[in-house]
Amino acid sequence: MQPDKQASIPASATGGPSGPYPSQSPAIYDDLKELRKELDKCMHCGSCMAVCPVYNTRKLESGVARGKIVVAEAVLDGTLALDDQEVVEMLFNCLVCKSCMQGCPTKVNFDRIMLALRAAIVRKNGLPWLKKAIFSTLRNPALFDRGMKVGAMLSGLAFRDAGQKAISPRSPFAFVGKQAGFDEDRLLPALAPEALRDHLPELVQVSNPQAKVAFFTGCSLNYFYPQTGKDLVEVLHENQVEVSVPKDQGCCGVPAFVHGDVDTIRELGKRNLDAMDRSGADYLITGCGSCGGAWQNEYKEIFSGDPIYGPKAQHWSERTYDISSFLVDVIKYRPPLGKVDAVVTYHDSCHLKKTMKVSREPREILKNIPGVTFKEMSKPDACCGSGGSFVLTHFGTSTEIAKRKVEDANQTAADTVTTGCPACMMQLLDNLHRFGQGQQVRHYVSLLAESYRKENEAQ
Amino acid sequence: MLDPAIIEQLRSIVGNSNVLTSKVHLATYSYDAAADVPKGSPEVIVMPGSAEQVQSIVNLARNHGVAIYPRGAGTNLSGGTIPIERGIVLSFQQMDKILEVDAENLTATVQPGVVIQDLNNAAAPHGLMYPPDPGTVTTATMGGSVAENSGGLRGLKYGVTKHYVMGMEVVLANGERVRFGGKTVKNVTAYDFSNLFVGSEGTLGIIVEITCKLLPLPKFRRAMLASYKTVEDAGNTVAGIIKAQVIPATLEIMDNMTIRTVEDFAHVGLPVDAEALLLIEVDGMAEEVVSREAEAVVNVVAENHGVLRVANSDAERDSVWAARRAALPALASLNNCVVLEDATVPRSRIADMLGALSAIGRKYNLVLGTFGHAGDGNLHPTILADKNNADEMSRVHHAVDEIFETALRFGGTLSGEHGIGIAKMKYLGNEIGDSGIDLMRSIKNALDPTHMLNPGKLVPAKEVAHATR
Repeated sequence: MQPDKQASIPASATGGPSGPYPSQSPAIYDDLKELRKELDKCMHCGSCMAVCPVYNTRKLESGVARGKIVVAEAVLDGTLALDDQEVVEMLFNCLVCKSCMQGCPTKVNFDRIMLALRAAIVRKNGLPWLKKAIFSTLRNPALFDRGMKVGAMLSGLAFRDAGQKAISPRSPFAFVGKQAGFDEDRLLPALAPEALRDHLPELVQVSNPQAKVAFFTGCSLNYFYPQTGKDLVEVLHENQVEVSVPKDQGCCGVPAFVHGDVDTIRELGKRNLDAMDRSGADYLITGCGSCGGAWQNEYKEIFSGDPIYGPKAQHWSERTYDISSFLVDVIKYRPPLGKVDAVVTYHDSCHLKKTMKVSREPREILKNIPGVTFKEMSKPDACCGSGGSFVLTHFGTSTEIAKRKVEDANQTAADTVTTGCPACMMQLLDNLHRFGQGQQVRHYVSLLAESYRKENEAQ
Repeated sequence: MLDPAIIEQLRSIVGNSNVLTSKVHLATYSYDAAADVPKGSPEVIVMPGSAEQVQSIVNLARNHGVAIYPRGAGTNLSGGTIPIERGIVLSFQQMDKILEVDAENLTATVQPGVVIQDLNNAAAPHGLMYPPDPGTVTTATMGGSVAENSGGLRGLKYGVTKHYVMGMEVVLANGERVRFGGKTVKNVTAYDFSNLFVGSEGTLGIIVEITCKLLPLPKFRRAMLASYKTVEDAGNTVAGIIKAQVIPATLEIMDNMTIRTVEDFAHVGLPVDAEALLLIEVDGMAEEVVSREAEAVVNVVAENHGVLRVANSDAERDSVWAARRAALPALASLNNCVVLEDATVPRSRIADMLGALSAIGRKYNLVLGTFGHAGDGNLHPTILADKNNADEMSRVHHAVDEIFETALRFGGTLSGEHGIGIAKMKYLGNEIGDSGIDLMRSIKNALDPTHMLNPGKLVPAKEVAHATR
């Protein structure tokens, strides 16, 4: 099956009024003056207060988009310094979850404002040493890979096994780590002994494939949730889809980008685009909203105007799908027959819903699994507070946000909380443990894989 | 900069984390949602947690001649919360508890920081609602909307905030706390203090608790959209519906400029060649009554040459109201400065006012669209301009002057629901005269002799022993 732009690509993948916000010129990442027009769009109505997870924790104006925009204006006017410690702290006290952009009457691209300001700080003062160390590791895939594996081996020293493939800090480390939330109650997914891409062959073939896809695993599925990645491949296999898993793919670069490190995402983006070009696949599939968002939006934006990588980014942007929309909208997947007894609720990951515009498809998949009772929670698209590294840098705020999420999940009495993003899975794992009722956390694709497996076992 | 000793005392009253003095915080409490008004940086932001703390803060501020600016969510459109004379911003965002929903007495008692929508969410399980619904219902606080007497889309049938406030607790400028009103429908004890403090824009006292009326949620509703070739036909329809003794819950109007802009912006299928649109919803507890009212509306629309579309499903109803909700955002997307007025005229002058407004737009060569609450005569002429273009902004100011002049000539008022604040203070005398301003000053001076509460708003200052800071 060849990709047919007219027929098979929903508006959500190509923009349009219901699609992602129109891309800004990448100039905003090189010169802050270009931001003025975006700031001018804000009429300070304060609609963002209704949905901002950070604001609703302490209800301070500096927490919400409107307040940050006023401070950004002061920076551009020269009345506040960009690298003033207070300004820097305020700029990083944002999850970049894009909740404020959903109901913004004048469609301010607030995520771009945040990223441009953070990039400007990095341009002015460089990256802090710790971030520099981390992001330069990301740029060296072999070193990063080795580091994660050594981490998996050594994690037993600092963490104890806490069931559900989770670990919890051991006591001396828990004492030291308390400040950043690494107390004894902290539950983290265990680093897998074998990374996903080491386990999977580079090509998972089927006879008479109905489509050929490349699977961009992202770091979290690769190192923390390889079983979810395997489930995703299994589901594609069940639907006669050939899956290539290019070995030379790496981090998508979004974690560096949100910290203002534009150089790193550009370098990682080029490597990933080249890797996918070599795969010969027709579609690119992700199981993580942040990675998928990078392929649909960020790469296109940071490479716009680039004669080589601009067209490549455009090409893949139109062919990137979250696994759920690929199954539901592109190939019309085969509904599974195996029974999975579970009462399930679904958390909309911010980047999956608010960047990739995917929310209907995972629900459709879950509701079509025999045995599953689906219970919608109140405010399913409220942020869980993870924000990638936000949970590490702002543990207190992050946990308060997560607590509200868990309370909404508790209300449904579901025994399984599903979502479509591994970063949310980590956050839910920890906070369901703290505030929940013993619920399981699973990627929705794992329930589908389980249903197919049960179907096959019964035959 | 405020005396550090005062800051220290504020910290001891409300706790360290509820006193904000950093540059970023001062910048983020220097504005509200009003366009084209000056900003003003406070010296400190204080977030009280109780009425007792508010009393202590008021006493401290009075003893040191420091101004206090009470603030809810800062969503008002008249500059009502901007600390133009520095001093203390008193933010009520942490006093946000719903103290009680009393389904037997149809009342709720709330702290001032409760968001209006949160009260509705708490009332809904009892089958109840709090009817006032300003456009900012999901963000604005009860304290702020009571202080501003906000209106909204349901004003025609359900009234505005003042019709729902039954009692209050207020901290006065002298530091005393006073409670009045309560849960009884009838109460003629003492002066009607509720109506004095509703709409006082924080200039007479600080509201620390509100008891308000709730109503049963209507069970049935019907939404319709009518388009017209002339503004007069739309105006006659509004009058005709009321004359047919139907009081719609909402009766909204959009002019051609707004229709075209909304259609460009949201692609909801509006007739772009129509001179005016009416968006009408009738509601009630009995299906038969609602049907009969809808039928009457259908007839009046036909008599006045309107083309009617009736929403037959929730989805169609949503699309009607999506068009209305898109009006302001769509207009706002045209330029970087949105001057949104709320001049209001008697219902019978709606068509005249719409004609006059579009003439004013042409006269000053401005982009001006009007939409609003036709049923209660409350229109929102909205001017879109470039704030960096001094010539255009000067034309905007002349046009605004003329808009108010026209509204008053038609027997209307300066402000239907946004309040006077800073933005309209200079026009006040045109409506209520010198004697009216003197009366306002007498009340202000009696309750707040040093003008420490929200100084520079609503009441034009004159020769008073002023809070100096």
